[in-house]
Amino acid sequence: MSRTQRQRAWGYFGAYAFWIFMTLLTLIPIWWMLVVSMRTRVELFGRPNLMLSRIYLENYSNVLTDSTFQRYMTNSLVVSTANALLVMILALLATYALSRYKLAGRDNIFFWLITNRMAPPAAFLLPLYIMFTRTFRIGNWTLFDTQLGLILLYCVFNLPFAIWLLKGVVDGIPIELDDAAMIDGAGLWGVLRHVIIPLAAPGLAVTGILSWIFAWNEYLFAANLTSVVARTITTALAEFVTVTGTNWGELAAMSMVTLVPSAIIVIFAQRYIVMGLTFGAVKE
Amino acid sequence: MRNPRVGWALLSPTLVILLIFGFAPFLYVLFVGFNQWNVFSAADGLVFNGLDNFRRLVFDDDFLHSVGLTARFAIFAIGSEVVLGFVLAQMLTRDFPGRSLFRIIHTFPLMVAPIAVGAIWRLLVIPGFGPVPFFLDRWLDLTYQIGTYPDQALMTSVLMDIWHWTPFVTLTMLAGLSSIPREPVEQAKVDGANRLQVFWYVTLPFLRPVLLTTIFIRIMDAIRTVDEVWMLAGGGPGTRFTGIYIWRVVFPRTDYGYGSSISLITLYLTIVLCWLLFIAISGRRKGEVE
Repeated sequence: MSRTQRQRAWGYFGAYAFWIFMTLLTLIPIWWMLVVSMRTRVELFGRPNLMLSRIYLENYSNVLTDSTFQRYMTNSLVVSTANALLVMILALLATYALSRYKLAGRDNIFFWLITNRMAPPAAFLLPLYIMFTRTFRIGNWTLFDTQLGLILLYCVFNLPFAIWLLKGVVDGIPIELDDAAMIDGAGLWGVLRHVIIPLAAPGLAVTGILSWIFAWNEYLFAANLTSVVARTITTALAEFVTVTGTNWGELAAMSMVTLVPSAIIVIFAQRYIVMGLTFGAVKE
Repeated sequence: MRNPRVGWALLSPTLVILLIFGFAPFLYVLFVGFNQWNVFSAADGLVFNGLDNFRRLVFDDDFLHSVGLTARFAIFAIGSEVVLGFVLAQMLTRDFPGRSLFRIIHTFPLMVAPIAVGAIWRLLVIPGFGPVPFFLDRWLDLTYQIGTYPDQALMTSVLMDIWHWTPFVTLTMLAGLSSIPREPVEQAKVDGANRLQVFWYVTLPFLRPVLLTTIFIRIMDAIRTVDEVWMLAGGGPGTRFTGIYIWRVVFPRTDYGYGSSISLITLYLTIVLCWLLFIAISGRRKGEVE
């Protein structure tokens, strides 16, 4: 073996050792949760055993057959999906407006949009609670404890992020393409449909995916602005920590279950996630 | 050809939603921030007290302590995430067998709900059956108890944040790195620059906007962190960050007026910090003036 070959071999070895180490660090916490989810209460205490001693699924069956859990799961799916779609549409329109039209105070509007994500949530819960229970009220119906309320509210933290992500993407599409389409007789919708949407597809995909995940993961608003009907899955997680003692096995089982949809998305949409997260860095 | 009115029309649904659910609550918090409003106080309802709340918070040791903790948390966590994320992204730009597998595994933590992240880490460190205190005690003879030692609680929160958010930094850096043109790098190498010089003079300037944007987003989110740290430590010593402190003032103590004014100051500090970064990202601003 020549010297450079040996160096390269060591390089490979080092890289793999590094990756295996990082993979272990990433997976050990999740692995431990899996182990805990497959143990009875009694088995948990004593010497921590990182190995999976047996497959014990009662925690899972307890969680999955619970009708409350099923309702929470449905709510989470409906809210995140509707919110992600709404955010994709609104963000695309807003980004297109900010990118192509000379609007007065364009940069300031853009920055103001982002500041909506910065508010510390605790103090803002009170006005939102009042708004949800009193302001938006038609007869007996209020926005409180509805899926619609959460879908609209989640726009507050998802839209700023989405617009920021898409801004770079739309700015990167040459304006000449719009003009060419317009000369060919396309109206605004034509331009959006035939020029912007196809070219911004990876960015739109990653916007949708991340919005979906942020909505799926949200806890504070869901916990305080719903009571029975529209509660989401993350609120159920916190409900396991009770004064009388936490049921760690079921908590872990439920956490594992909430991981599944996100994990599926990551595996299948991996390519788009990397392609789309450029924040406008791609300039051909 | 492009009528600004059409632009406003396209922007309006976004503006309407954010004005209702973002700006209106802000105005309310702004109003309450200048009032005394405490369910436990003698006065009923809101009593206007001008700047008293703000005067009070300047001398509030708990608040100042929480700001210091949040700053330490953000600096340690974001600093490590950026360095680690860059190294990982740099390694992922090379092609090697198993690359996409490593990338997928490395993306997992990003997808876990903050509240579940808190639960996972609590399971790791809880005295009684968590493996971390057990093995630290056994192998290193170290007493590890996040409920008792504030520094350990802070460092655990930082590690948890690194675990959760490094993947995000890696992904944005990866996107940034793959958009850097090859010629300047090759040219620098031909000119005899070593690796460090290539990194400092070529890679870094190209990466700057992505880097600053990532830091911006991480700062914005780190300052308002509540769920995961709350789940991890229940607001114990060493983890009373500003977000959690506001929570404690507003809910158990029901001191709405004071809680609102703390929120306003926190929001203000975040906006100033982010505005500076925003200007740095736009960068060209300065060039245009000259």
